Amino acid sequence: MSDLRELYQQLILDHNKNPRNFRVLDPADRFAEGYNPLCGDKVEVYLQLHGDRIKDIGFQGSGCAISKASASLMTETIKGKTLGESETFFKDFQAMLTDPSSNLGLDQMGKLFAFAGVRDYPTRIKCATLSWHALRAAIENVQTPITTER
Amino acid sequence: MSSPLDILTLQPPEPAAHPAPPFDVRRVRADFPILGQQVQGQPLVYLDNGATAQKPRAVIDALSHYYTDQNANVHRGVHHLSQIATDAYEAARRKVATFINAASDREIIFVRGTTEGINLIAQTFGREQIGEGDEIIISEMEHHSNIVPWWMLCREKGAKLRVIPMNDRGELCMDTYQTLFSSRTKLVSIIHISNVLGTVNPVREMVQIAHAHGVPVHIDGAQAVPHQRVDMRDLGCAFYTFSGHKMFAPTGIGVLYGSETYLDAMPPYQGGGSMIQNVDFDNITYGNLPNKFEAGTPNIAGSIGLGAAIDYLNSIDFNGAAKYEANLLEYAHDVLRGVPDLKLLGTAECKVGVLSFILADIHPHDVGTILDQAGVAVRAGHHCAQPVMKHYDIPAATRASLSFYNTREDIDALVSGLHSVRKIFG
Ligand SMILES: Cc1ncc(COP(=O)(O)O)c(C=O)c1O
Repeated sequence: MSDLRELYQQLILDHNKNPRNFRVLDPADRFAEGYNPLCGDKVEVYLQLHGDRIKDIGFQGSGCAISKASASLMTETIKGKTLGESETFFKDFQAMLTDPSSNLGLDQMGKLFAFAGVRDYPTRIKCATLSWHALRAAIENVQTPITTER
Repeated sequence: MSSPLDILTLQPPEPAAHPAPPFDVRRVRADFPILGQQVQGQPLVYLDNGATAQKPRAVIDALSHYYTDQNANVHRGVHHLSQIATDAYEAARRKVATFINAASDREIIFVRGTTEGINLIAQTFGREQIGEGDEIIISEMEHHSNIVPWWMLCREKGAKLRVIPMNDRGELCMDTYQTLFSSRTKLVSIIHISNVLGTVNPVREMVQIAHAHGVPVHIDGAQAVPHQRVDMRDLGCAFYTFSGHKMFAPTGIGVLYGSETYLDAMPPYQGGGSMIQNVDFDNITYGNLPNKFEAGTPNIAGSIGLGAAIDYLNSIDFNGAAKYEANLLEYAHDVLRGVPDLKLLGTAECKVGVLSFILADIHPHDVGTILDQAGVAVRAGHHCAQPVMKHYDIPAATRASLSFYNTREDIDALVSGLHSVRKIFG
């Protein structure tokens, strides 16, 4: 079960149990909902902006350990970043999980590198990316809930 | 025309002449090639039978035999192979009719599965018989396939769904059921065995109550047929639907049973080849049963595979298998109760081998992934029954669903996997 230890490593289990920025921002400049109809995972992302910088971010929702920890670490990572920087993180995160030729490592990804192991669990990739899709929808001010299924 | 030999091979077996030997799980397991597989380096423990069942060698061979030796279109050729294929297709229909004790093979309509069967009823019987202000009774424990087609029909017609509630053990409230009937009730559509809770509903009694109000009944038998014998003449329902793939046959084939009186009166479902008697541009006459409901080239191989699955079930002492399964369920209940923080959903008095549960506050997807690493296949999610999830106020559950080829070792592997889950999540 060594690979399971990589998937469910301490950092992920900790953020699942004690998610950071797990709160509603009121007022919020931007808000979006993400939903995975296959498993019922739900996430809501709230943003406060200052110019093009993410001044504050919060999330709510219910889901598996991977989706909750991913949302929590996402908020930690992008708080204080510009919209452009957060888009780069989105693309890198996506590439780390889905692009076999990606060699993004700890240096570029920081704590998000904890999710590199999800690549080996194709059925769980959407759990890890749901909150990122919701973040992007919030930035783009998409009004209807976005889903992982088309 | 077929040779005498071919006709011989198409004769349905006579169960009475060859009584099946007593049920023996070791021998039965050897009939299912996939069960010998390893997953993640461990022997496969397949506990997702509610989603789809594995196929015995006899079914796989029947498909291969059909495509190797018999393939042709049915009901339309005069040539040798076409006759063979037609005979095999119609023999499969007779096997289904006998298996469920229908009054006639005209009452057996081949469809894609339970879902298509229910949509067929909604689009034909439903659209013709159900109008504004009318009511359809379903229950709180339905699969989405027995909710959505009726909901869509109600939307279209301005009709209403009335829902039989269930208690926390997962049993329908029969007292409330009686009170849901009104002069506007046009149909009762209920699940025979719950895919989440395993509850066996008292469908015979429910049909009698509906008949006392002059209301016909459809029964969703998707989870019943793999576990027990069903008898159409005993049940007396107007419609009964099930899927081949959950009863050891291929995907893409299923059955709508309809009593002849109802099927005769209903308009066709889809239009096309095979379902007509005569076509000119001014007038079209429809074919007789069952052709009226089977437009286009059917799933010939699938129905032959379904026939082979029925032959297989007749050959293994199906009643003995059901007893074995009941015993295994009791064992599973006992050992699962020993897992700390595990809550079983569905503890009905009368149930079959479906074990849905939640483990502490650990999400079912995490449970499923960790079990998978131990070679244990279960289902995690809402099981296409969101109202049931809502009843227990949970977003999802983990489900282990049994078949007669499962063993106590399978259950032990599940339990040991659950202990690993608890260890990882501390
Ligand atoms: C009770 C019940 N009804 C209907 C269905 C739908 O069957 P199918 O997907 O084969 O059409 C299922 C399958 O999960 C089921 O369990």
